[in-house]
Amino acid sequence: MNTETEKTFVKFEKIDKSYDGEVLVVKNLNLDIAKGEFVTMLGPSGSGKTTTLMMLAGFETPTNGEIFLDGMPISKIPPYEREIGMVFQNYALFPHMTVQENLAFPLEVRKMSKDETKDKVKKALDMVELGDFGTRFPAQLSGGQQQRVALARALVFEPRLVLMDEPLGALDKNLREQMQYEIKHIHDRIGITVVYVTHDQSEALTMSNRIAVFNDGLVQQLSTPDILYEKPENSFVAQFIGENNRMTGSIKSMENNYCSVELDNGAGIVKALKVNVGDVGEKTQLSVRPERVSLGSDGDGENVFTGKVEELIYLGDHIRVRLDVCGNNEFIVKVPNEGSFNYNEGDSIKLNWNPDDIRALDLPK
Amino acid sequence: MPIGDMLLRSVDDTQINTVFPNTFEEYKKWDKEQDQLPPEEVYKALFQELAYGNKIQVGRALTRMNYSKSGWKSLIKNTSRAIKKAVKKDEFPDSYKDFLIAANEKWADPTFWYAMGQMVNNQTPIYYYNAIDMTYDQDQNVIRQKENRRVYVQTWIKTLKVSVYVTFFCLILGFPVAHLLANLPLRYSNLLMIFVLLPFWTSLLVRTTAWIVMLQQQGVINGILVWLGILSDDGRLSMVYNETGTLIAMTQILLPFMILPLYSVMRVIPKSHMRAAQNLGAKPATAFWKVYLPQTIPGMSAGGLLVFVLAIGYFITPELVGGKDGKLIGSWIAYHLKTTLNWGLCAALGAILLAVMLIFYWLYNKIVGIDNIKLG
Ligand SMILES: Nc1ncnc2c1ncn2[C@@H]1O[C@H](COP(=O)(O)OP(=O)(O)O)[C@@H](O)[C@H]1O
Ligand SMILES: [Mg+2]
Repeated sequence: MNTETEKTFVKFEKIDKSYDGEVLVVKNLNLDIAKGEFVTMLGPSGSGKTTTLMMLAGFETPTNGEIFLDGMPISKIPPYEREIGMVFQNYALFPHMTVQENLAFPLEVRKMSKDETKDKVKKALDMVELGDFGTRFPAQLSGGQQQRVALARALVFEPRLVLMDEPLGALDKNLREQMQYEIKHIHDRIGITVVYVTHDQSEALTMSNRIAVFNDGLVQQLSTPDILYEKPENSFVAQFIGENNRMTGSIKSMENNYCSVELDNGAGIVKALKVNVGDVGEKTQLSVRPERVSLGSDGDGENVFTGKVEELIYLGDHIRVRLDVCGNNEFIVKVPNEGSFNYNEGDSIKLNWNPDDIRALDLPK
Repeated sequence: MPIGDMLLRSVDDTQINTVFPNTFEEYKKWDKEQDQLPPEEVYKALFQELAYGNKIQVGRALTRMNYSKSGWKSLIKNTSRAIKKAVKKDEFPDSYKDFLIAANEKWADPTFWYAMGQMVNNQTPIYYYNAIDMTYDQDQNVIRQKENRRVYVQTWIKTLKVSVYVTFFCLILGFPVAHLLANLPLRYSNLLMIFVLLPFWTSLLVRTTAWIVMLQQQGVINGILVWLGILSDDGRLSMVYNETGTLIAMTQILLPFMILPLYSVMRVIPKSHMRAAQNLGAKPATAFWKVYLPQTIPGMSAGGLLVFVLAIGYFITPELVGGKDGKLIGSWIAYHLKTTLNWGLCAALGAILLAVMLIFYWLYNKIVGIDNIKLG
C-alpha cells in the first residue's frame, strides 16, 4: 500500500510517555496513519502498545510530543469529544444494560432521536450478525458474541477511527481466526481507519495494511506484513515475526550489499546481505527463514554446508526438518511435500541458501 | 430456637394459670349476664389458692396481674394477709365471698373481676397491645393508653426515623470512602482500609464515650467552634443527649457496615467501564451516573439493609448519647429485660421488631431483588 501519497489522518509526533517521571515506556514514537488504513501495533507484553492506544483515546497524556487527528492536535480534547471508537481488551460491556442498551448508549448521549437510535442499533447488530440477541444481557452471551457486541458498540456512532486493544485475546483459536477475518471484512466494507493492538504476530500479519513492531517502548520497524517478514531490519523483528535460524559471527569483509561473516564456532564463512551491521570485525547475527534453505544440492555454490538430520516432523503440506548445522542443532528447514524427500534421521545432508536470503543484523540486547 | 422462644414468651400466660388453676376454672363458669359478681365457688377457689399457694409463685403472678389492671397487687397482698390469719386460727368462713369482700371491698368491684378474664387463658395478646400503647378498659375493650402513658408508638416512629436517617447518612458518607478504597493505589487503600476497620477493634463503649467527649457542650467540637469564633460562648450547640447525638454516633459506628459491602462491589467493577463510557461520548458525570452507579446498586442495597437492620435494634449508643428523647425501641427492650423484668413485653417488642425487619426485607426483595445483594 502506498501510504505516502495518501493524506495523513493520525500522526504521532515525537511522543514520549512516562508514568513515573523516570522510565519512558514509549520513546520517541513517530507514526503516520492514513485514512482508511488498518495499522497494527505488534509487540510483546509490556512494550507500550496499550499506553500508545490510551494516549490516542485520551486516557493518558503524552509526556512529550503531540498527537494529531485529521491535522488537529488533540491533547486538549477530552476523551468524550474525540469521536474515537474503542474495543477494550475485556470488552467493557456494561453488565446492567442489554445488548441494545449498550449499543444505544453512545447514541443517547449524543441526543439522537429514538427512531434513529433504534435504526442504527439494529443495523449495527445485523452487521455483526447478532440481530436476535438485542434483548439479552452481556452475561448471557458467549465470549465471541460479546466480542461482536463490543465491536458493534465501537462502530455504531460512526467514529472517526476505531481502536482495538487485543480484542481477540480472550477467544479460543478457531474463533479468533474467524473473528480476524470478520473484523477485516468489516474494515474493508466500511473503510474506517483502524488502529489495532496485538501480541500475536500471525494475527497482525493476517489483518493489517501496516504493522508497527514495538519493543521496549520503541518502534522497531514499521512496514507492510510482507516486508516485515521478508526484510526484517533488526534481529528483534526477525525473531518476533515468523521463524528464523540464527547464527552469530564477526564480519570479515564487506562488498556492495553483502558481507562475509565468519561464524563464531569456526564452522565456516557465510555470505550474507548487509542490513544492520557495524564495521569489519564487529559481531553480527545472521538470520535465514526456514523455507529459504534448500536441501540436497550445491545450488549456486555459495553458502553450501553439510548438516546432520536430527528430527523429521511430518506436517502434511510440508516436512519440518531439524538439522545440526555449523554447531547449531536447532536449525530448521521446511521442505514442501513434493514426494521427493527421502532422507532419514541421522543422515548427512548438503544444504545451501542464497546470500540474498540471509540477513546480517544487529546482535540482540 | 431463641426466636421461637421469644415468640412463645410474647404471648405466654401459663405462669399465672399454674398459680390460680381452680379459680380460673370456676371463673370460666361465671355467667356475666346473669350475676354481677362471680359465684361463691370462684371466691372459694381463690381463697384456697391464696392460702396454700407458693409465695414466690404468687408474687410473680401478682406482677403479671398488675399489667392488666393496676391495683391488683395491693388488693391480693392485703387479702392474702387476712386469709393467712384466718387459716392460722382454723377459721374457715361460711361464705368465702362475704369474707373476701369484708377483707377488701374491691372484691365487690366487678372491674377487677372483668380484668381477671384477660388471664384465664394460657395465651394473651396483652403484651402486644402494650407494645403499641394499647390497653384494656374496664369493659375489656382494647383502647389506647392514657396520653401520659403512651411511649412505644412514638418510640417506634423515632426508631424508624433514626434508622432511615442513619442509613441515608451512612450511604452518603460511605459511598465516596468505598470508592476511594476501591480505586486508590494499593498502599493508600490499605491504609484507608485500616482506618475503616479501626472501629471494629475498639470497644463500642469507648467509641460512644469518645463521641460524648467530642459533642458535649463543653466538648471538643463546640470548643473549636467557639475558639474559631463561629459560635458565641453561650450559643454552644447541644449535640449530645438528644437525637442529633444519636444520629452522629450511630452513623459513625455503623458506617463500616455500609462501606464494606459497597467496597466489595466497587472493587470488581472494571476501571475500563468508566473509560468505555467516556470513549462512547459520555461526560464523566454521565458516565458515573449511567454506568458506574447502577453497578453499585447491589452494594448499596446490601449495605443499606445491613445498616438499617442494625440501626433499628441498636440500644447502647442511643442509650448513652441519646438522652431522654434519643431513646430507641432497643433501649426499652433492654430496660424491661433488666429493670422491670417484664419479659412478656420484651418478647412482644422484639417480635414486632423482627416483623418490621421482615417487612423491610420483603419490600426490599420486591423492589431490588434479594439475589442482587452482594456482600463479597
Ligand atoms: N497506569 C500505569 N502506571 C504505571 N505504569 C504503567 C501503567 N500502565 C502501564 N504501565 C507500564 O508501562 C509499560 C507498558 O505497558 P503497556 O502499555 O500496558 O504495554 P502493552 O500494552 O504493550 O503490554 C509496562 O512496563 C507497564 O508496567
Ligand atoms: Mg496491553
